Amino acid sequence: MTDDPLKPEDLHVPANVTARRVVVDAAQWLAGAQRLRDQGAGLLTLWGTDDRDRDGVFRVFAALLLPDRVVVLEHALAGGSTAYPALGHLFPVADRLQRAMYDLLGLRADAGDCRPWLRHGGWPENIFPLRRDVGATQSYAIHAKPYPFVPVSGDGVHEIAVGPVHAGTIEPGHFRFSVVGEKVLRLEERLGYAHKGMAKRFDRMPLQEGHRLAARICGDSTVAFSWAYCAALESITETELPRRAAALRALALERERIANHLGDLGSLGNDAGLAFGLVQFSSLKEQLVRLNQDAFGQRYLFDYLLPGGVVIDLGARMIHSMLDEVAMLEQAVSSLRAIYDDHAGVQDRFRDAGLLSPELARAHGAIGLVGRASGIARDARIDLPWPPYDVLPPGRVLHSGGDVAARVQVRFDEIMDSLRLCRSLLQTLPEGPSLVPVPVAPSGRLGLGLIEGWRGPVLIALETAPDNRVGHCHAHDPSWQNWPLIEYAMIGNIVPDFPLINKSFNLAYSGHDG
Amino acid sequence: MFTILARIRRTGILSEPLPTSTVRDAPLEKLQRDLQSVFGRALRIRHVDAGSCNGCELEIHALSNPYYNLEGSGIAFVASPRHADVLLVTGPVSVNMEEALRRTYEAMPDPKWVLAVGDCSVCTGVFGVNYATRGRVADVIPVDAVVNGCPPTPLALLRGLLQITGHARPKVSSSAVQSDS
Repeated sequence: MTDDPLKPEDLHVPANVTARRVVVDAAQWLAGAQRLRDQGAGLLTLWGTDDRDRDGVFRVFAALLLPDRVVVLEHALAGGSTAYPALGHLFPVADRLQRAMYDLLGLRADAGDCRPWLRHGGWPENIFPLRRDVGATQSYAIHAKPYPFVPVSGDGVHEIAVGPVHAGTIEPGHFRFSVVGEKVLRLEERLGYAHKGMAKRFDRMPLQEGHRLAARICGDSTVAFSWAYCAALESITETELPRRAAALRALALERERIANHLGDLGSLGNDAGLAFGLVQFSSLKEQLVRLNQDAFGQRYLFDYLLPGGVVIDLGARMIHSMLDEVAMLEQAVSSLRAIYDDHAGVQDRFRDAGLLSPELARAHGAIGLVGRASGIARDARIDLPWPPYDVLPPGRVLHSGGDVAARVQVRFDEIMDSLRLCRSLLQTLPEGPSLVPVPVAPSGRLGLGLIEGWRGPVLIALETAPDNRVGHCHAHDPSWQNWPLIEYAMIGNIVPDFPLINKSFNLAYSGHDG
Repeated sequence: MFTILARIRRTGILSEPLPTSTVRDAPLEKLQRDLQSVFGRALRIRHVDAGSCNGCELEIHALSNPYYNLEGSGIAFVASPRHADVLLVTGPVSVNMEEALRRTYEAMPDPKWVLAVGDCSVCTGVFGVNYATRGRVADVIPVDAVVNGCPPTPLALLRGLLQITGHARPKVSSSAVQSDS
């Protein structure tokens, strides 16, 4: 092997950020991942493709996020093999990603947890639905087996099983607590309940329609995922996005961030016993989404983005309304922040609850909002800026407390910065078209879209097929990285604090389950 | 405490008059008659996300904000299916949630009704049917009425719910203070 396993065949990847692809063999797959980790990379995601109809092999891909670029390792499994080297010892997030890849494609990492992750018995264990020989609408009878949770033994230890149907209006997931009295010794998550076979659904879909499905990978991050999909397709087709369209997309993305943070701050206050907070913040959020309805025709901006731009341009009257709203929100959020900060009862619940230390966060590759509350200064909008963030840099938000209080502070800071960005975008909206045509995409090309949504970086890896169709589309939500961290953050806390701690992370179920 | 009270006073009452239904919808009206005969306005709902993208959930949450004030109209969400009259189901039914949805439905006492909310739950939406998705809620448990939309707006949800409880046009003054800045 050469000194640098990543030098040979270093290919440019069309993307909205700097991205390269390196074709590697099994040894280089490991060595490359190790080398990139030493350079500060985190594993963003893993996926596999069934290319047996093309050249007789399966392929696995690893997307690694460096401070200034994305590197995709591409490894063709030789001779029809279905095994590849595991990356879990380098990047903990790989473990669940590898389990998911086995459930869907039958490619097995050579080490790590072998329990099913997305397959709950809804399809037979010898059927791998992402393989090309499984029909697009094929379905199976359910044969569920009990899931082997890791048992905790000892004097007085008992289990509490929660979910998948929860007491409130929450997405489905299962939490298994091992407790003594009220104290949590161990939490184990089981996810996958909202798995809808998105990748299979994307398969052979017309490229011009895929953004509608991408918009529904995770409903609270619809702008982020639509933008990631559109960015991947526009990069592959070398479509130059008009700056006005980019600015409008950024406006939508920042409004999505503000709306979700407002909702979370209200719920967090409520979970800490301050119903006033829920009333106030949910009212502000309602005002925001109502203005979305007036300006963009959609409260939650579903389908506002489409390949080549956005659906509706913004008129002078709406710009004026939004600027007024920015001023109103700055004032209202500041005054509510002071109330939260000064409220002894709320702070007593927030502080030291659900602690995720910076060391643990770093070791486990925490990303996005959760990472920024535990001392990890990563934000793709700042580190790998794409238009319009190249000329409008967001402020870096960073806290290192790692508890619920720190995640609350990050949300407050990010709302204020997003409001600043919105004002700037509205005041300097470039002239020009808000939508341009997207040409037919060449077949067999891989493109990436990486967008820093409100939870963290979302990724779409899009491979094109003939006739302007999707060959393969892999979507990744940052919740994959951060879900395992709640298991750590819960240790030593009491069961009644779980809703508060879970809400402070507010991770996606549908976005994760795919 | 003073700042909280000052803020509450300044915010005022945001709740809006309840919408009246102008849409004629036969299954909803039948559900309304059935429900009204049993419960009047005291309706309790259990929500199950059977595989939704989380879009419908955002709008169901919005029903509880001061603008829509769902509980003010005598409708409340409950934590257990055993306390519920209506099962509100979102999402195309994922195979991984099929059993949980069935069990939730079976845990509800009779009489009970099912309201399918959102395009996915009504007609599979963008997701279709495949190895992971059963599709329409009606293909898994009996559905009495539906609310369309992707996601349906809170007003559409409220109309659907109020129609089944037969809410009369309320006498609410609209002089609430709404300015904030």
